[in-house]
Amino acid sequence: MADAALTQASEGPQRIDDSPGASATGVKDAIFHGLCFTAAMVLMATLLGLLISLAVGGWPAFSHFGLQFFTSSEWNPSGTEDHPEFYGAAGPIVGTLITALVAMVIALPLAIGIAVFLVEFCPKSIERWVAIAVELLAGIPSIVYGMWGLFVLAPWFEEHVMTPLRLIAADHPGSFADHLMTGASSGSNIFTASIILAIMVLPFIATVFRELLLSVPSHVREASYGMGCTPFEVVSSIMLPYIRKSAVGAAMLGLGRALGETMAVTFIIGNSHAFPKGVFDSGSTIASTIANEFAEATGDLHTSALIALGLVLFVITFVVLAAARLLLGQEKH
Amino acid sequence: MFRKFAITLGAATMLASAAHADTITGAGATFPNPIYSAWAKDYKAATGNELNYQSIGSGGGIKNIKAKTVDFGASDKPLLPNALNDAGLMQFPTVIGGIVPIVNIPGVNPAQLKLTGVVLGDIFLGKVKRWDDPEITKLNPGWKAPALPITVVHRSDGSGTSFVFTSYLSLTSPAWSRAVGANDSVNWPTGLGGKGNDGVAAFVKQTPGAIGYVEYIYAQKDKVAYTLVQNSAGLFPMPDPVAFAAAAAKAPWGRAPGNYVLLVDQAGPKSWPITAATFILMYKNQDNAAKGANVLKFFDWAYKTGDATASKLDYVPLPLAVKNLIRKQWLQITAGGKPVYVSK
Amino acid sequence: MATTENSPANTLPGRTVDRYARRKVINYIFIALTSVATAIAITALVMILYSLVAKGFSGLNLTVFTVDTPAGGEDLGSGGLRNAIVGSLLMCAMGMVLALAIGIMAGTWLAEYGDGNKLATAVRFLNDVLLSAPSILIGLFAYELFVVPFHGGSAIAGAIALAIVTTPVVTRTTEDILRLQSNQLREAGVALGAGKGLVIRSIIWRASRTGLVTGGLLGFARMSGETAPLLFTTAGNQFFSMNVTQPIASLPYTIANFALSADDNWRRLAWVASLLIAIAVLSANIIGRQLARGSQHK
Repeated sequence: MADAALTQASEGPQRIDDSPGASATGVKDAIFHGLCFTAAMVLMATLLGLLISLAVGGWPAFSHFGLQFFTSSEWNPSGTEDHPEFYGAAGPIVGTLITALVAMVIALPLAIGIAVFLVEFCPKSIERWVAIAVELLAGIPSIVYGMWGLFVLAPWFEEHVMTPLRLIAADHPGSFADHLMTGASSGSNIFTASIILAIMVLPFIATVFRELLLSVPSHVREASYGMGCTPFEVVSSIMLPYIRKSAVGAAMLGLGRALGETMAVTFIIGNSHAFPKGVFDSGSTIASTIANEFAEATGDLHTSALIALGLVLFVITFVVLAAARLLLGQEKH
Repeated sequence: MFRKFAITLGAATMLASAAHADTITGAGATFPNPIYSAWAKDYKAATGNELNYQSIGSGGGIKNIKAKTVDFGASDKPLLPNALNDAGLMQFPTVIGGIVPIVNIPGVNPAQLKLTGVVLGDIFLGKVKRWDDPEITKLNPGWKAPALPITVVHRSDGSGTSFVFTSYLSLTSPAWSRAVGANDSVNWPTGLGGKGNDGVAAFVKQTPGAIGYVEYIYAQKDKVAYTLVQNSAGLFPMPDPVAFAAAAAKAPWGRAPGNYVLLVDQAGPKSWPITAATFILMYKNQDNAAKGANVLKFFDWAYKTGDATASKLDYVPLPLAVKNLIRKQWLQITAGGKPVYVSK
Repeated sequence: MATTENSPANTLPGRTVDRYARRKVINYIFIALTSVATAIAITALVMILYSLVAKGFSGLNLTVFTVDTPAGGEDLGSGGLRNAIVGSLLMCAMGMVLALAIGIMAGTWLAEYGDGNKLATAVRFLNDVLLSAPSILIGLFAYELFVVPFHGGSAIAGAIALAIVTTPVVTRTTEDILRLQSNQLREAGVALGAGKGLVIRSIIWRASRTGLVTGGLLGFARMSGETAPLLFTTAGNQFFSMNVTQPIASLPYTIANFALSADDNWRRLAWVASLLIAIAVLSANIIGRQLARGSQHK
């Protein structure tokens, strides 16, 4: 767009540039262009380098364990003879997927609700403040979420949700409460980790949804109101279907964020490699496993297993994000 | 404007980089972190030299010294002699301490509950799931056990403390030995993972019904209740420096190649069954003579003047004979053929 | 939407009135649900900020800025965060220099030189991928390239890791803001005889100044809140250091270590450090967004 105008216009100056005095400008321009190009290439090289280093570093683990890397949940860094070193990543992979999905189940309805509220129902006087509040929520660094989860949410959950449920489960074996509490460990578990993730992802999706709703042409909205639709019907039958494709894309962006979150989850998920036995059991995610173990993975196989985990995470988030971008089209932060 | 900022920044970093050449870096076990931090503080006050110790777990200590990213590594899990030789490392002990099981049960005080290796094994295997299980109440007849589920807390990182604890379990619980074994990082059958001795204490402290294992000083400073454990003589001694020293009394320092000594489940009526020495790993062949000398200077200073601090923190200092033995072993650490240690 | 007593709905057969009433009820439920959703979000925000401010400020004292991180087991109230604050500032400064340099140049290339260019589409896509990549993977990458070959963590490695996380943000915002500039500006510059580079530097960049600053601030907000890239690259340091080739303390790294301990003094400092980081991030965010809004209203 900009380029077309420039190239057209510069056909004139280029002829002027043929003169000796102007060639210095041409060189300067070429250098500037070169610098910009180099920067862009550095960026591209960084991403490709990341991918390559993950693949190269993770290859030994993949070739050593094959498909079992994905299906086994045995994670045994000790290298004794009776219990040889083994790294099966099913636990962290499942943990990553479960926490992200549960987080989305919690966050998506809330995010849609917030976006609709802001667009349709919010009184103009407080609209700006509510929008700022949602943005603030998005801006809180993930480690603060981790701190809050560890020191506030987990103990609260332990005391006010799990202990009563434990008592009920003990008195009524076989009931729903009993099933809920299978494998329950402490307030640091998969469910609370999902709650934290949901709160983290929520403002992000809400903001994008709000922009999408605002992008619905006003004549479409007004026409439906004109026909006597209630706001609920306008939103559910007209506006949401209108933005459906982009909405799914926005949701997937949120999912991508939830999949890769590290610090908030590491503090509160309980760090257990085994396959989670229940929704209140502790577990681990790929990111939390790498964060916990990488600094001291001594064996080469252990390090390689962790990098292989990283590659798996990269592939999962890449697929989700690529799909999201496709659905969202060009724009939208 | 931009350029000026960049130039100032560059100048500042260059000036700042002319820094502490005498800083020694170490990383590893969280077991001795309280005493190494205290020693570092006193050492800096006495000599002005800094010791930067990163308490990241024994596994991290071993990894970092092997990668030469630190001047020394620290580990409660001693390396076997052939592993030492393959890596060109030597190891020596600094202090001795004890590991205690910690619990969070309403109404239970420190040193109240009695457990054995077999019962601990069954708890950590997930076989014993509640505190009112007969295996536990049998050992504690006077105690009214609550019907509280047990939450096992172990280490999430590679830990020498785990190594010592699982070694104890392997020696005393055949079931554990068969199913899991002993190492700094094992396939824990159940439970959640805390990072460092700190993390385990933190999790146990905030989870009713939890049981974990930490180095003794962590139970004290973090005010968590510890239990008594039966030793090989069938008795339940209090975990304190007297009991740790009793366990270490017959340790074969000097006769053990590479100083590989395990102090778990030692004989003696007063011995604490989960005692351990903690070790320093250094390269036999130092790349930098000055750095190597500085590290040994620090530990020599600690040997000479650090006993009182160690005792205050409930560690057992090494006997003088063992210290002199180690000093002789330091002569093996050379740079360019010459020993870096100069005995004063 | 008000209906009077004589409206058609009320004079029609009963079923239509019922249907209308039902639609009204559904609508009110809907409004209630969306309000509840918003209230939940606001409540969560209030709870988190309250904990942060209450625990952070109650642990705050002057020594936090003048004393370095304490060893464990010290009395409550002792020790500070000086080395961590300085370390974070150093690494953020270095990281921002790198991120701004590469990000602005790359964004300029995408906006000014990259139209109809398949390579530009690829770069833009890869930039977005890097933007959303889990930052722990970037930490791993920086570890492999800048820690292993140099046998140790360092402030430089940490700064580079942070820069890799931040550059895509700056690139994106730069490209967006440059594309917003009217072509007439470019045409005017070229008409005066300026080469393309000069047009960009002296006209387009200048016109986009506010937007570029906004991008920088948003990048800074992202950078100061990141922990995972620092876990493996900086190695931490319990003493004060300005040596960028050695391990260095930082606020996020300190929080990660102190928070997971059972030491009360350490936990106090973890909250204080969280408060400091949150203030930095939120201020940068708010200032950035205000600037963006301000420039939009022109």
